[in-house]
Formats: sequence, C-alpha cells, structure tokens
Amino acid sequence: MFRKLHEPEGAITVYVDGIAASAEPGESIAAVLLRAAPHWSRTTPVTQSKRAPYCMMGVCFECLAIVDGIASVQTCLTLVRDGMRIERQHGKRSLSA
Amino acid sequence: MQSDAIVIGAGTVGAAVAYGLARRGLSVLVLDGDDGDYRAARANFGLVWLQGKGMNMPAYQQLTRRSVDLWPEFDAELSALTGIDLQYEHDGGLAFCFGEDGFEQRRLHLQRLHNQLGSEDPDHEMLDRGTLEKLAPKVRFGADVSGASFGRRDGHANPLKLLAALHAGILRHGGVLRSHSAVDKIVPGTQGFTIEIQGGDRFSATRLVIAAGLGSATLAEQVGLHVPLRPQRGQVLVTERVDPLLPLPASGLRQTREGTLMIGATQEETGFNTTTTSEAAAHLGHKTVRLVPALAELTLVRHWAGLRVMTPDSYPVYVQSPTYPGAFVTLCHSGVTLASTHATVIPDAIIAGRLPSILDPFHHRRFDVPKAA
Ligand SMILES: Cc1cc2nc3c(=O)[nH]c(=O)nc-3n(C[C@H](O)[C@H](O)[C@H](O)COP(=O)(O)OP(=O)(O)OC[C@H]3O[C@@H](n4cnc5c(N)ncnc54)[C@H](O)[C@@H]3O)c2cc1C
Ligand code: FES
Repeated sequence: MFRKLHEPEGAITVYVDGIAASAEPGESIAAVLLRAAPHWSRTTPVTQSKRAPYCMMGVCFECLAIVDGIASVQTCLTLVRDGMRIERQHGKRSLSA
Repeated sequence: MQSDAIVIGAGTVGAAVAYGLARRGLSVLVLDGDDGDYRAARANFGLVWLQGKGMNMPAYQQLTRRSVDLWPEFDAELSALTGIDLQYEHDGGLAFCFGEDGFEQRRLHLQRLHNQLGSEDPDHEMLDRGTLEKLAPKVRFGADVSGASFGRRDGHANPLKLLAALHAGILRHGGVLRSHSAVDKIVPGTQGFTIEIQGGDRFSATRLVIAAGLGSATLAEQVGLHVPLRPQRGQVLVTERVDPLLPLPASGLRQTREGTLMIGATQEETGFNTTTTSEAAAHLGHKTVRLVPALAELTLVRHWAGLRVMTPDSYPVYVQSPTYPGAFVTLCHSGVTLASTHATVIPDAIIAGRLPSILDPFHHRRFDVPKAA
C-alpha cells in the first residue's frame, strides 16, 4: 500500500509479528505498519473489525499495537528502535491479572 | 402552551419522573438546560447499589432497597418500549477490603446498617479472600486484599443508555422535551404555574416538578422552598477495553459490557469546580493497583469530573410546596439507583397530589432543626 520515497540511510530492523522489516531511524512504528502487508494492524475490541493507523497524530487510537510486550501502544506516537518487536493486536486485550 | 405537568431538568432524576408521568397518561413538558450546566447524569458511575448506604437513615435504606427491587421490571419495560439495552445486570456487587482491620470495619458497618433496618434477612455477606478468589477466578488480587463484602441486591447499568432511554420513553409516551430552555421564572397562579424560560417563552401547567440538579435551589425558592444544596466533586478514570475480568461490579471498580474498566469516584468538597486533577488520578490509580496489581499495565483513555447533587445529610429531598401545592422538588445523589422509584412511586404521588408517608423522612424541613451547640 505505502512505500518509502527514498532509500533510508542507516536502516534498522524491527520485527512485525516476527517478520523482519526495514525501518528508518526517526520514523514512527505506525509508518512501518502501513508498509507491512496485510496493512491492517489491529482489530477492534467489540466488533473485531480491522483497523490501520489513520490520523498519525495521536487522536484516533486506530494504530494500537503490542510493542515489546506492552499492549495498546499508540504506534504513531512511538519511534522505531533497532530490534523492536511489534505485534498486531487482536480484539480486546487479555490481562493475565 | 398548557400541559398537565412541567418538569424542570432532564437529567436522570427529572427524566425518570417525566417518563413516569407521561407513562401514566399526563401531557408532560420537560424543560432542560444545556451542556454549560453541571450535569451529574453525564458523569456518573452506573451502579444500581444498596450495600453500605443509609447509615442512621433507615428510611433511605428502605427506599434504596425497594428501588433496587423495582429495577428489573423498570428495565424490562423501558428497554422494550425504546429498544435501548440499558446493559443492566443484577447478580450482586462487591466492596473490597484491605487488611484484617478493613475487613472487620466493613463487617461492623454493614452489621450496623442491618440492625438499623430491622429483622429481615441481611442483604450482604462477608467473603474471605479464598471465597473471593473463587468468585473472581480471572483476577489476581494484591497481597493485602483481605476479602470483600458481597451485596446480593447490587448491580449496575450503563448510565448514558439509561438517560437516552428515559428521554426516548418520554417521547414515546407523547411527552415533549426541550433543551436550551433554562427556566428563569416560576409564577404561581390560581390554576397552576406559568414558567418563563430564558428568551422569554412561557409555558403553563397545573403541576410542576423541580428536578434541575444543582440548579434547583434558586428555582425552589420561587415556590417558597428553601433547599440547601452543595456540589460534591467525583472524578472517574476509564481504561481501555479488556477481556471480561471482573464477574461483578464493585464500589469503585466496574467493568462495562464493552470491556472498559471504570475506576472511581473521589468525594471532594471543592465547590462548583469540574476540573480533573492529577492528584486524584494518582490516588485512584494507586488504590486500583493495590487491589489488582496487573491493572498497572492498562492504558487510561479518559478522566472526568462531575458534581454530585448533595443535601446537608446527603439524603434525598422529596417535598411538595405547602404554599403552592402542585409544585414538587425531587433531588438526590443516586439518581441511577433510584430511577425505578422516580419513574413509579414519585409520579403516582404527584398525580395524587400527596407524597406517601414512606417519603415523610425526606422532607427538607429536617434541615431546619436548630443544631445544638
Ligand atoms: C462522579 C459521580 C458518580 C456517580 N455515581 C453514581 C452511581 O454509581 N449510581 C447512582 O445511582 N448515582 C450516581 N451518581 C449520581 C447521579 O449521577 C445523580 O444522582 C443523577 O445524575 C442526578 O441527576 P439529576 O437529574 O438530579 O441532575 P443532573 O444530571 O445534574 O441534571 C440536572 C439537569 O437540570 C438542568 N437544569 C439546571 N438548571 C436548570 C434550569 N434553570 N432550567 C432548566 N433546566 C435546568 C441541567 O441542564 C441538567 O440537565 C454519581 C454522580 C457523580 C457526579
Ligand atoms: S494513528 Fe491515530 S492515534 Fe495513532
């Protein structure tokens, strides 16, 4: 769906559901998710419909994902780091409470 | 415009009374303010609750108890009429206890309340930690949770759905609901009341109900009733949605049908001030994590403050003006719990022109008794 317009310098690697993806230092996780097939990044808690990052500025909460084990992270507000593990989030979070 | 009854205020209290009056066949006009007003109905927690309430006021325990018992029928009728699911559940409710002292204090408090009520079977039982863990198998409680009291009459509902359903119910029964119609002036006449709203429009009715929450005091003065009222701030936190975790609502923590956890509410004497504070968020968060440590992982998505409608002893006021019969004031701080009463008992009394004797203790003259120094 989306692709980078330039070759990033000093590309790093993050993992989306275990699959390596190339990322540029300084970009948001949401940007990586938009480039990674199947392009949706979570399902909603009540109706399980598919969602992808949308507003890219922290207001719509569509971009939630599990980042390094922490669920419901707003990925448009979080920058990539080398080796980061990102998981698509399905439905409601389950608490091991 | 002439109606059988005018209700001032379309919060949970006014809307329930208006719905009940329209349901009994009266032509009802409801005059409501706007979002600039203090509106408890839009800020509350959604408990339909008995346990722990009514210390030193057995009549309030009775009223609450009866109201909770009327809720299933009230819910069934209102949701069938409007097609709105109030998400009402009544499988009981919990109040968690910390430490052995906390457990003992809770036990004594509920025992005293039970003694004040009289001889009937208690509505509650104390659950030790082991029993509580069995009841809530998905929850891992914090180390100093000693147990909980279980109230078998307790429950919860979605308060915004309740409000929407009451408004829809008023319309379905032929009532009229006007927002942005803040009442300025009440003019009592020989045939009833003429009401003037901001902007000058006038309406009249033979009966008048003042249920304008914190806006009620100045209106009540105009029918000769002096009702002392104060706001009490309550702050609530809301988390993201999670899989069903809590099997029952608890005072201070409940999980909605959609999965969010509601945490609250503070009780603060801060006047007419609806700002949220980080101190309250920290306090509520700390209390909740002490209860269930894993909740620290959750993201908070909302934080709000609302003002409770408080009388000096915190109990409701139901009164008819002696100077201008036909004018009633209905005020309380548990409008969700009492909605089933407000939709039935109170409208019946207003139609009869006389409040039943079970409501005598809720006359505001109780506040006039001079206090001993
Ligand atoms: C934080 C919090 C938690 C709560 N939790 C619970 C709970 O768990 N269970 C429970 O049972 N109760 C709870 N409550 C209490 C419950 O919300 C209130 O009892 C109920 O909403 C009160 O409703 P009301 O209609 O009296 O007042 P409001 O909801 O304040 O409504 C008053 C209405 O009158 C209108 N108005 C004011 N002045 C005028 C005027 N001059 N002319 C026309 N209209 C006017 C306003 O616009 C408003 O719509 C809680 C309250 C708070 C604040
Ligand atoms: S994309 Fe809207 S909040 Fe992240």
